[in-house]
Amino acid sequence: MSGAFLKPPFENLERQHVAVSFGMWIFLGSEILLFAGLFAGYGVYRNLCPDGFLAAGRETDIVYGTINTAILMTSSLAIAVAGRAARAGFGKMAWRLLIATIVLGLLFLVLKGFEYREDIEKHLIPGAGFPLAQKGAQIFFTYYWVMTGVHAIHVTCGLIAVGRLAVAGRRNLAWLAGSASEDATALYWHLVDVIWIVLYPLLYLTGRAHG
Amino acid sequence: MDERRREIWIRPLLTWAALCVLLAATCALAYVPMGRANLAVSLAIAAAKAGLVGVVFMRLFENNPLNRLAAAAGPIWIFVMFLLLFSDYATR
Repeated sequence: MSGAFLKPPFENLERQHVAVSFGMWIFLGSEILLFAGLFAGYGVYRNLCPDGFLAAGRETDIVYGTINTAILMTSSLAIAVAGRAARAGFGKMAWRLLIATIVLGLLFLVLKGFEYREDIEKHLIPGAGFPLAQKGAQIFFTYYWVMTGVHAIHVTCGLIAVGRLAVAGRRNLAWLAGSASEDATALYWHLVDVIWIVLYPLLYLTGRAHG
Repeated sequence: MDERRREIWIRPLLTWAALCVLLAATCALAYVPMGRANLAVSLAIAAAKAGLVGVVFMRLFENNPLNRLAAAAGPIWIFVMFLLLFSDYATR
């Protein structure tokens, strides 16, 4: 049974699990440093052009932003319970929760698409025809597009990884519990959620109490 | 729902409920004029939410020390980077 999950060069499943999750945590560390670079740039420009950032922050759609935050948090709940269910032997429940995670992730991207369409209609793209005159407002929206865009790429990669789990898990429910893939994929999905949790106040809550 | 299923759901569900309460709180507080404290409050709530996801959903405390060390490395170096960066920009 355990032989089916064990891959070289590992001697036993426990060491394989430790190595996979350790490797994943190191990868996540590099991921948050990538986003931290963007956060640092955002912080510097916000410090230099506070008025422009507050004015631009009021132009993002807080309804889409808040609903999408709730959706990602719920998808994190689904995949967290999926792992616990798989380890407790509830393979079918785990599989259904993976499908729920995928549906919620897709819903996030669809809503993001509607939000982008609204932003484009309001000409909130840095360059000619940008509606706000304050210094730094265009820089805020450069960060908005880059941060949400890079995050959306991460959501897409996460969806592919969770989709792979769901496809492989459907053929073999025991694989979900025994393989280290479930743990590693869930860690990545949670990180995507954590990044959004930090993006939310920077992009959607900024400037709401001012003006 | 039998006992084992209940056990699987209870902690993640309570965590999710706490995340929802924090989301509602941060959204509401964003409209309360507090000057520069608005950003600090919203980032503190974001940190609390990220902490909940890390500790419960990502099972940081159930993990071995190696993973906790790897998880801590990112935030520690980010802290150093922000400290050096803003010790310049905030004191000009």
